[in-house]
Amino acid sequence: MADTRDKGLVAGRIFLYLVLIFLALLFLLPMYVMLANSFKPLEEIRNGQLMALPIDWTTAPWRSAWSTAQIGVQATGLRPYFINSFLLVIPAVAISTMFGALNGYILTQFQFRGANLLFALMLFSVFIPFQIVLIPMAKTLGTLGLAGTVKGLVLVNSVYGIGFTTLFFRNYYAAFPVELIRSARMDGARFFAVLFRILLPSSSPIIIVTVIWQFTNIWNEFLFGASFSDFSSFPLTVALNNLVSSSTGVKEYNVHFAGAFIAAIPTLIVYVASGKYFVRGLMAGSVKG
Amino acid sequence: MIKKQLLGVLIAAAVAAPALAADQSVEVLHWWTSGGEAAALNVLKGNLEKEGIKWNDMPVAGGGGEAAMTAVRARVTAGNPPTAVQMLGFDIQDWAKQGVLADLNAVAAREGWDKSVPAALQRFSKYNGKWIAAPVNVHSTNWVWANKAVLDKVGIKNPPASFDEFIADGEAVQKAGFIAIAHGGQPWQEATVFDSIVLTTGGIDFYKKALVDLDPKALGSPTMEKVFHRMGQIRKLVDKDFSGRDWNVASGMVISGKAAFQIMGDWAKGEFINAKKVPGKDFLCFRFPGTQGMVSFNSDQFAMFKVGADKVAAQDKLASAILDPGFQSAFNVVKGSVPARTDVPDTAFDACGKKGIKDLAEASKAGTLVGSMAHGHAEPASIKNAFYDVITRHFNGQIDDRKAVQEMVAAGSN
Amino acid sequence: MRAGWLPKLLLSPSVILVLVCVYGYIMFTVYLSFTASTMMPAYEWSGTASYQRLFRLANWNVSVGNLAVFATLYILVTLVLGLLFAILIDQQIQAEGLFRSIFLYPMAISFIVTGTAWKWLLDPGIGLEHTMRQIGWESFSFGWIKQADMAIYCVVIAAVWQTTGFVMALFLAGLRGIDGEQISAARVDGARPWQIYQRIIIPQLGPVFVSAFVILAHMAIKSYDLIIALTNGGPGRATWLPSVFMYQYSFTRNEMSVGAASAVLMLAAIGVVVLPYLVNEMRKVKHG
Repeated sequence: MADTRDKGLVAGRIFLYLVLIFLALLFLLPMYVMLANSFKPLEEIRNGQLMALPIDWTTAPWRSAWSTAQIGVQATGLRPYFINSFLLVIPAVAISTMFGALNGYILTQFQFRGANLLFALMLFSVFIPFQIVLIPMAKTLGTLGLAGTVKGLVLVNSVYGIGFTTLFFRNYYAAFPVELIRSARMDGARFFAVLFRILLPSSSPIIIVTVIWQFTNIWNEFLFGASFSDFSSFPLTVALNNLVSSSTGVKEYNVHFAGAFIAAIPTLIVYVASGKYFVRGLMAGSVKG
Repeated sequence: MIKKQLLGVLIAAAVAAPALAADQSVEVLHWWTSGGEAAALNVLKGNLEKEGIKWNDMPVAGGGGEAAMTAVRARVTAGNPPTAVQMLGFDIQDWAKQGVLADLNAVAAREGWDKSVPAALQRFSKYNGKWIAAPVNVHSTNWVWANKAVLDKVGIKNPPASFDEFIADGEAVQKAGFIAIAHGGQPWQEATVFDSIVLTTGGIDFYKKALVDLDPKALGSPTMEKVFHRMGQIRKLVDKDFSGRDWNVASGMVISGKAAFQIMGDWAKGEFINAKKVPGKDFLCFRFPGTQGMVSFNSDQFAMFKVGADKVAAQDKLASAILDPGFQSAFNVVKGSVPARTDVPDTAFDACGKKGIKDLAEASKAGTLVGSMAHGHAEPASIKNAFYDVITRHFNGQIDDRKAVQEMVAAGSN
Repeated sequence: MRAGWLPKLLLSPSVILVLVCVYGYIMFTVYLSFTASTMMPAYEWSGTASYQRLFRLANWNVSVGNLAVFATLYILVTLVLGLLFAILIDQQIQAEGLFRSIFLYPMAISFIVTGTAWKWLLDPGIGLEHTMRQIGWESFSFGWIKQADMAIYCVVIAAVWQTTGFVMALFLAGLRGIDGEQISAARVDGARPWQIYQRIIIPQLGPVFVSAFVILAHMAIKSYDLIIALTNGGPGRATWLPSVFMYQYSFTRNEMSVGAASAVLMLAAIGVVVLPYLVNEMRKVKHG
């Protein structure tokens, strides 16, 4: 009896792994198509064997996408635009996360009239399609003198991130042990002391979730990047889009795929390196609420 | 390392800020980002730099300029327009109506643009008698590209001279086991085929009446119904996987000998040349059967936006550099199009290019040069796209000929 | 604790920004929808003309119909698959990190390019169908993306691929947060694993379902890159979504008021869908 049960278990495990491996392969298929073709010379792609491994391996597409591909009139590759993107993403993520933490703290630890309504208003903002804010936002940025600047882009991306970051932090802090804060207050801790000494030090899981979420979204954002930047500040997604979409020119698919990977390296690293913490962070409260 | 670069960027930005006030720079928004296009534009950049003008590049590619046009809206709204923006046809006129384009009449008069640029192009480069844009090139859209080896195998000696011959040839190709027409099922590509069929079926006058003047009688005529019938005939010569295919993939099918013909504008030549194919030997280029002597065109232009008084001098120099005959020749040799001026020597061009220049000059003289509807040179964007809707739905079998004709009339009356 | 002036002051920048940049702009859009704006905003009132035009447009009706199909399938399939993946990963497997990363990575890459890879895969002439036939499965057929009535399902497939990993992570977090004692007790009572999931674990994942639903709904509504990269709305106009419609009419077709009208209707629809969720979220803290 025990024997057959063990056998059943082993068979079950094998089946489980087979299913997982099958699903993993399925998920990797688009990645495989991109990678395999990014190492082929263009003639091989033109001949139509898109699913096959390269016959004549080459790293030229990768080198081209990084440093010599045509982005505009200059053949600079994607390299220079990493700086633009980091200059934009780092402050935007930092600011929106900071506001999220602050809002989460205020909305959970203090009572005042309309607090819930305010939160609902902020939350609803994550659903608005960005296309509709394009024109009025452009007007606003123009009035503020921020048109075409990195500062303007940081502002825009921060504003439309506040909804999600507030949601994350609010749910996390709502589940935070009330006694800890109450006792700190009895000791006379002021507003900022509670935030900096008690809440933030134990917020790393939710900070990780927020940062991953914001980083990925802002890093991959295109519409704002193309509309609110100018020649001196356009981010990597605009450059990548310039690399891959041409109207009447020759399409170098191998370079496009290599470029896509290069542009995705920071987000891939963030996901793979912190995947574990991501799940932990989600566990720690944002989804339980 | 990154820190150092970052510092460099910051310093450069700090230094550049006062330099901008010193006005010797132009910011150009365009969507020419692929190798050949960008290389061609780089010629212009080089020419300007020789005159001491800095080129600030703002490329926004995607959807044949759709993304770029969205960006321009934001830039204009913010009061921060680029110096010049690459534009097509009616978009230029629409922007001019908004009153945001500059007046280039001084440069134009000095350099005699009125004489050297064909009237059909001026229709788009001028608004209320004022030059507002500098045309770079003329693409011609009623071309057929053919694989010579496939035609030889099937036994087609000469390019078809009429639509019916074209269909007969196509059927022969199909019987021999090849794909007759390599087509990419995207609305603009279907509209490109449609333009040519309107020309071959109804001739120049009908084309103008229906697609330029939007005469409801012409749009609803039996001729129009015949056009859609012919679209259906073309549809039968296309393979089953055409939908969503990029035009250059379709070119690839002709290049590799899977298909015999492609109906596409002259930019397709770049694909053939890049694949090391020789015009006349490996591939043929000929006018869409029955449209010999007619040219449907689209023209890339740089619309000049109103900028601060300190920047006008640089803007004028940019406009002048674009119309420079030397640049027009150098650019169009690389791009596969023909110059926007009719007085540029054709010595640097290949066989297809020389034919294109000759055709353009003749058509311009004979009054058979028409703006391509498919490429925004017959109607503004709203009507063009409404036509696209009808054409693409018909081509995909969602409406029949008769219904398509009715919807064309409705689309034209909007 | 009652809020003094400091918390209110610190909350105000966010509130002001959101009020202006979200609700102010929404009001602006609502106003635009009652004008005759074409290429740029125009401010003369012109009544409900753009709404009347909107309802006559075949493209709009197709877009709305597609959104219903797309959103329903996408949200359902992603929820089910996400939960399934999370359960599979939660079986104390080897190389959990590897599998998790494989399922999560699609979220990290911009669809500007993965769209091309998908386009190729789904293209019967070069992708899956072609490959399957080459390796001997002659009758294999998968040409949905070329068929007007099936192409929207291809969009669903690619969208599911992109977000299943994220939903899996949400569920995984939920699973790991469940009290182990109940499960052990059930196991002692002889409950089979699937019974444990059905009766004990899944009912406790309610809040995760809600969070995942909201995130997926917001993605379904905003999906734009996906359509553009995969089908560009084709074949014909068969895979348009309201987001595509809005962009096209506002910025490409120079019918800004019609675009604005479509945006207003979309926002109203979103409001109806997420209102229960918002109300629920508002209530939460009261007993917290």
